[in-house]
Amino acid sequence: MDILVQTLADGLVIGAFYSLIALGYTMVFGIIKLLNFAHGDLYMLGAFVGYTLLSVLGGDSPGAGLMGILIVLLLTMVIVGVIGMGIEKVAYRPLLLAPRLSILITAIGVSLFLENGSMIVWGAQYQVYPLQLSHDGISLLGAKITYVQIGLVIISALLMLGLHLFINRSLYGKAMRAIALDQTACQLMGIHVHKVIGLTFFIGASLAAGAGTMAGAYYGTVNFMMGFIIGLKAFTAAVLGGIGSIPGAMLGGLLLGMMETAGTFMFGGSWKDVVAFSLLILILVLKPTGIMGEKVTERM
Amino acid sequence: MNPSRKKIAVVLLLAVACVLPFLSNNYWLDVATLAFFYVVLAQGLNVVVGFAGLLDLGYAAFFAVGAYTTGILMTVYQWSFWLTLPVSMAFAAIVGVIIGAPTLRLRSDYLAIVTLGFGEIIRILAINLTITGSASGIYGIPRPSIGSYVLGGQTDFYYLILIIAVLVVVAVKRLGTSRIGRAWMYIREDEDAAEAMGINRINMKLLAYSIGAVIGSLAGSVFAVKMSAIAPLSFSFTQSIMILLAVVLGGLGSIPGVVLGAVLVIALPELLRSVEDWRYLIFGAALVAMMLFRPQGLWPARYEMKQGARRGETEEATEGGSSNDVKLDSEKCNA
Repeated sequence: MDILVQTLADGLVIGAFYSLIALGYTMVFGIIKLLNFAHGDLYMLGAFVGYTLLSVLGGDSPGAGLMGILIVLLLTMVIVGVIGMGIEKVAYRPLLLAPRLSILITAIGVSLFLENGSMIVWGAQYQVYPLQLSHDGISLLGAKITYVQIGLVIISALLMLGLHLFINRSLYGKAMRAIALDQTACQLMGIHVHKVIGLTFFIGASLAAGAGTMAGAYYGTVNFMMGFIIGLKAFTAAVLGGIGSIPGAMLGGLLLGMMETAGTFMFGGSWKDVVAFSLLILILVLKPTGIMGEKVTERM
Repeated sequence: MNPSRKKIAVVLLLAVACVLPFLSNNYWLDVATLAFFYVVLAQGLNVVVGFAGLLDLGYAAFFAVGAYTTGILMTVYQWSFWLTLPVSMAFAAIVGVIIGAPTLRLRSDYLAIVTLGFGEIIRILAINLTITGSASGIYGIPRPSIGSYVLGGQTDFYYLILIIAVLVVVAVKRLGTSRIGRAWMYIREDEDAAEAMGINRINMKLLAYSIGAVIGSLAGSVFAVKMSAIAPLSFSFTQSIMILLAVVLGGLGSIPGVVLGAVLVIALPELLRSVEDWRYLIFGAALVAMMLFRPQGLWPARYEMKQGARRGETEEATEGGSSNDVKLDSEKCNA
C-alpha cells in the first residue's frame, strides 16, 4: 500500500511537469497543426533562465524564501514566453501555408539553435541550481511526500486551472478555440489570427518554462540537453491524451508520469521509457485518437 | 535539363565519386563515406515519407536492426558478412511488418509518435540487453572478404557503400515510377480517394514501410562492418531526425533532391567544423532560413516540376495570389 501511494505521489510530480509541457504541444497543434519540436527546448531554456535569475537575485541566500522563488518563476515564464512568441514570428509564421513537413523541419532547426545556443551561453556541463529545497514532508499511509512535491503539484494545478479558465472564459480563449476550428472563417469574422497564434505560443512557452524552473529546483541540476527527452515525453503525453485536447494533455501527462514511476518500480530505471512507450503504442493501437481526442480526418 | 544532358551530368558525378579516393585526404574520404551512408538511409526513408507520406520519426531503429543483426551474427556465430545481409534485411522486413501492421491505420501524427516510441524502444533494448553488448555495444566485428581479398581499408568501404548507394538510388527511382510508386503517391495525396480507386492502402503502406526498413537495415549492416564496432549512441532519435532532415531538405519524393539533401546534412556541419561550438547553432539557423525560402526542399520532385512547367507561371501566380489573399485578410483584421 505504501509503495502504491509513493509511486502515485512521485508520478504525480513528474506527471505535473509533463502536463505543463504537453499543454504547449497540444495548444500549438490544436491551433496551427504543428508538432513543435522546439518546445522541449523552451522547457530547458526556462530551467536556465530561472537558474540565472536565481543566481543574480541571490536565490541561494537562505532569506530568499518562497516569495523570491515565485517571483523568479513568474519572471522566467514571461521572458521565455516572449522568446516563444519571437520564435513563432520569425520561424513559423511565414510557413503557415507551406507543407506541414517543412514547418516541422523548421522546428527541428529552432531546436538545434536553442540547444546549441544554450550550450554556448551556459556551458555543456551540468549546472547546479542555486537553491536548496527542504526534504521535510509528511507521511501518508507509510509513503513519504515532501512539502516541495505538494507545492510543485499545487503550482502546476493552479497554472493549469488558470489556463483552463482563460481558454473557456476569456475572449482570447474563445478566439483560440475558434481558430482551431476554422482559421479562414476567423479572419473573415475580424479575429486577428496572428495575434492569437502569438498569444498561444506565449502561453505554451511560459508553461514549459515554468515546468523547467520547477524541475530545475526539484532535481537540482540542469543541462542543455535536458529539454530533448522531456520534449519527447511531453509529446507522448499530449498524444496519449489526444493531441489538440487541453484536458487530454493534462490527463496524458499525469498518466504518463505515473506509468513511468510504476515502470521504474517494476522493471528498474533503465526500462521505464520502454514501459512508457510500449503502453503508449498499445493505447494508440486500441484507441487511435488518444484518450480525449476527437476524430479528425487524415491530412499531411 | 533535357534527358541526355541529365545522363551526362549523372555520369560525370559518378566519375567524380569514383576517383574521389585518389584526390582527397582520409578525412574528406571519411566524410564522403558517411555521406553515402546517408544517401542510402535517406532514400530508404524517402520511400516511406516522400512516396507514401508516412511520417516516420524512428527510422534509425531499422539502421540499428541491420547493424546489430550483422554484428551479432558475425561475432557470436562467425557468419560471413555476405550471408548476414539477406538475414538482416529479412529480419528488418519482419520487424517492419510487426510494427507497421497494427499502427499504419493511425493518423499521421500518431504514426509519428508510434514510430518515435518504437525507435526509442529499439535503442533502449540495445542499451539494456546482454546480447547487444549493452551500453558499450559490439566491437571486434570482423572485416568482410570477397574471395581472398579482405575489405579493410577506407577506400574499400568507400567503394562498397558507393555501389550500394547507386543500387539503392536506382531501385528507389524505379520503384517511384512503377505502378506501386504511383499507388503510394495517390495514398499520400488523398488516402480516401486512393482507396476508392481500388488501392489497398494498408497493404501499400505496409509495403512502403517494409521496403524502407530493408534499405535502412542494409545501410546498418554495412555500417557495422565499416566501423567494426557499434554502440547504441549511433541509433538515437537525433539520427532519425537527421535522416528525415536530409529527405525534407532535398525535397520529399525527389530522388536527386534526397541525394543532395543527404550530402548536405553530412557536409554542412563538417564545413563548419572550424567554428566548433557554433556549428550546430549555425546549422539550425541555416535550416530555418532554408525552409523559409524553399519550403518545398532544395530540389522538389520532378512530377511537380513537370506540372509546373506545363502550367508555367499560372501555378506560381495562384500560389502567390492565395498568400496575398491571406495577407489582405490579416490586414483587414488589423484595421
